[in-house]
Amino acid sequence: MIMIFGIPGPLLFGQLLLGLINGAFYAMLSLGLAVIFGMLNIINFAHGALFMMGAFASWMLLDYAGIGYFPALILAPLLVGAFGILLEKTIISRLYKLDHLYGLLLTFGLSLVIEGLFRNAYGSSGLPYRIPAILQGAMNLGFMYMPIYRGWVVLAAVVICFSTWAIIEKTTLGATLRAATENAPLVQAFGVNVPRLITLTYGGGVALAAFAGVLAAPIYSVNPNMGTNFINTVFAVVVIGGMGSILGSIVTGFALGVVEGLCKVFYPQASATVVFVVMVIVLLTRPRGLFGKAA
Amino acid sequence: MNLTRRSALTTAAAATTLPLIRPARAQGAAIKIGVMNDQSGPYTNTTGVTSVICAKQALEDFGVSTKGMNVEIISADHQNKPDLAVSIARQWFDRDGVDVLLDVPTSSVALALQSVVREKNKVYLNVGAASSALTGSQCSPNFIHWVYDTYMLSRSTGGAMVKAGGDSWYFLTADYAFGKQLASDTSDLVRKAGGKVMGSALYPFPETTDFSSFLVQAQASGAKVLGLANAGGDTVNSIKQAAEFGLNKSMKIAALLMFINDVHALGLDVAQGLSLTESFYWDLNEGTRAFTKRILPKTPKNYPNSIHAGCYSATLHYLKTVADMGAAEAKKDGVATINRMKAMPVEDDLFGKSKIREDGRNMIPAFLFEVKKPSESKGPWDYYNLKVTTSGEDVYRSLADGHCSFIKA
Amino acid sequence: MFGFSRAQTIAFGVMLVLIVVSPYVLYPVFLMRVLCAALFACAFNLMIGYVGLLSFGHAAFFGMGSYVAAWTMKVWHVDASIAILFGAMTGAFLGFFLGYLAIRRSGIYFAMITLALAQMVYFFCLEAPFTGGEDGIQQVPRGFMFGVIDLSNDMTMYWVVASVFVAGFLLVHRIIHSPFGQILKGIRENEPRATSLGYRTDDYKLIAFVLSCMIAGAAGGTKALVFGIATLTDVHYSTSGEVVLVTLLGGLGTVFGPAMGALVVTSMENYLAQFGAWVTVTQGVIFMICVLAFRRGIIGEIGAFFKISL
Repeated sequence: MIMIFGIPGPLLFGQLLLGLINGAFYAMLSLGLAVIFGMLNIINFAHGALFMMGAFASWMLLDYAGIGYFPALILAPLLVGAFGILLEKTIISRLYKLDHLYGLLLTFGLSLVIEGLFRNAYGSSGLPYRIPAILQGAMNLGFMYMPIYRGWVVLAAVVICFSTWAIIEKTTLGATLRAATENAPLVQAFGVNVPRLITLTYGGGVALAAFAGVLAAPIYSVNPNMGTNFINTVFAVVVIGGMGSILGSIVTGFALGVVEGLCKVFYPQASATVVFVVMVIVLLTRPRGLFGKAA
Repeated sequence: MNLTRRSALTTAAAATTLPLIRPARAQGAAIKIGVMNDQSGPYTNTTGVTSVICAKQALEDFGVSTKGMNVEIISADHQNKPDLAVSIARQWFDRDGVDVLLDVPTSSVALALQSVVREKNKVYLNVGAASSALTGSQCSPNFIHWVYDTYMLSRSTGGAMVKAGGDSWYFLTADYAFGKQLASDTSDLVRKAGGKVMGSALYPFPETTDFSSFLVQAQASGAKVLGLANAGGDTVNSIKQAAEFGLNKSMKIAALLMFINDVHALGLDVAQGLSLTESFYWDLNEGTRAFTKRILPKTPKNYPNSIHAGCYSATLHYLKTVADMGAAEAKKDGVATINRMKAMPVEDDLFGKSKIREDGRNMIPAFLFEVKKPSESKGPWDYYNLKVTTSGEDVYRSLADGHCSFIKA
Repeated sequence: MFGFSRAQTIAFGVMLVLIVVSPYVLYPVFLMRVLCAALFACAFNLMIGYVGLLSFGHAAFFGMGSYVAAWTMKVWHVDASIAILFGAMTGAFLGFFLGYLAIRRSGIYFAMITLALAQMVYFFCLEAPFTGGEDGIQQVPRGFMFGVIDLSNDMTMYWVVASVFVAGFLLVHRIIHSPFGQILKGIRENEPRATSLGYRTDDYKLIAFVLSCMIAGAAGGTKALVFGIATLTDVHYSTSGEVVLVTLLGGLGTVFGPAMGALVVTSMENYLAQFGAWVTVTQGVIFMICVLAFRRGIIGEIGAFFKISL
């Protein structure tokens, strides 16, 4: 058997793969954050709470309406995205001209309220949600026993991440969006409804968080605190990738998942801290993040 | 909605007057019990408002008003912050005339309050915290530990698993005092019984949500039993993911601290076959079923677990003691009240008969349960099969091993 | 000598009277909690309000100050004044090293790098044996101040805490109104210009950061003495977040804002505790209302109403 740093090779490959899967969640969540930051200039601290709402929405759809996992994968992001649009219209749109700090604090307050309300309604222990029958079971990859559902998560994440990237970088809609970020009055002069564009962008970013929430529901405990554990790491991903950089957040998300996975083998106690070590190193050497544009 | 400063100010002004129009508190309450626990964090369901409701039920069942006693229950959320807990407790004792501190989950908070209660000479009935240090190195003559501790959990669950052939273990341990103690207590027990510990993973708490990496490591270790030295959402997450990775087929899973509310969160199809220890199950006998029937309509759709039942039992025993020694005496001296509580035999419908040891340990039996298959479950929350009963004397650490300082050898 | 305006002198007088009178009306332990939080917020306000840098990792200095003060008190049995001094020195020392790394970044990147460094400090506190991990350092004696004043009495302790707070408060105010403080404000308003005038702006920012961390460490040390415990809560990032909220609520860059914010936030935590699950919801709503309608904070809004600077 090949040994790498005293760890059997197959086990290490398995860990790398698992890290990549976790990275899929980081990538999806940080992608939404990056889109919102890039277009709205808002640091959306409520992202974790909205991720949690996505998971709860899929549970509610099943429990109250009998709607299963796959329809929920479409419906839950739409519902939560609509909620996001409502938030943007009523509250968040008031802050665009202000310092980042206020957006951060407002969305922080928002996440306290959302999580508190869910905790009052559903308690803190969590709710059961099953893996859909078709995705149950596992394959033997030779070096590791790999649940089919995890494979599906990676597949879905990659598809979603790269289609979002393609929409923003390669389509006319994306071009309009990017132009609106650079110079809103000019784009408005061309007859584009910029405020509506921004509202939809926020809705889209929120829907991405909710989508990740639905993917997480069968494997993580569906409880009101589930988002808070992710949010710090996801922030770190966005900063390391370069704030507002779409590709940066996707690549960094997957990469940090792998780094964290390796840390879980060699020094598991530090696996939550390692992202911050990476962040300090990156910020000291590349102030705008790995993929950020120069100021 | 258009939020203006004026409308916000008016609302705020209206809100500040709200507390003023609350009904005035009962004047001259003779005895005051303060329930302090987690009402907005991860342990909301396992302790929280259900504990308060159970304590109030004890007043009702004891017939406080018919016996002419004046007892009031107040509660607070300590948000798992030790400094907030100390501040509230001091205020309760100094200002509000609280005599008894009840529940208090989270070991760090429970330990922080130990010295405050001793300084003020009040009564501390802890039900929610797990640390066995509370009756050991950090013991106090003002203290009783009511339903469980880390030593008893590892002894009951660990001992039974080793006896059933689970002689090689891999631990998944939350990297904080409680998790480490649970893992080391159980490791000692496994080794003493002739078993082996194949490895363990310390993971960061509370930031970890994905356990797959550790589960794969556990699988590769070749151990027969996966010991989960964690609690709450972490336990739920690790069991959920263990099922996903098929560990529940190749290994036995021992959840060292788990409550019926966590089983409910998992659902039986994932939780089936798990072994866990509690001192109470709502469907154990006539007494527990009758109690659950009384309490259930008042709770937020939450069945009572051993902590909730313990709050009831502790309050009831305290009331009996007060009735016996007189409210004025009980209010005056915490140590005397505790000593009287230790002298009187404990008896109620939920835990049967028990005795409180000199170091404050309530010697109730521990039950090892196995979680039912979905096909066996006949109704809501019908989750447990009773496997092994261990008496309090056999399951708790002996008095000598605790090295409690105030007990003269 | 402290550069108070007339309105500020009156406000300072009112604050002093409140500090003296309130322990006879309100519960002293609760008030000590408020004062420690207020001192911590004053330290934080020095950075955000006058240097314009948002530190998201101030809990590291507060928490380490609290650990070191508790440890020296419990293990070395030093005088209370020495313990608080140790706390302050720890804050300054740590602030120098972390500040040296962080100060070269500004805006949101400064916030993020301080957060990341503070997370490392948190990890150190979790793993290092002397902190007692999750249980923290428990049963720290209050001891004696200057060898003679017995602090076990709550009222005596209160006067000590109040003195520490007033001293810290005046120190912050003195720093702001010194020539050094003027240069800091100049850097905040226009950094390239300050550089072109020949000021080494990074050095100024670093000194301000170290001072801020020193006061935060003193606040942490004092708090450890009051409650007799130092725990992980003090170094956790939620404490860093809380001090941001306290300062914002009171009024960023105002002299009396941090104290007012500390009073409001600590009262909320204390008096809402009996409402259980609604604590976080209420807190969240209040923060949202503040950001939406009262961005200048309580003191800032009062000042704006009377057209004075408080």
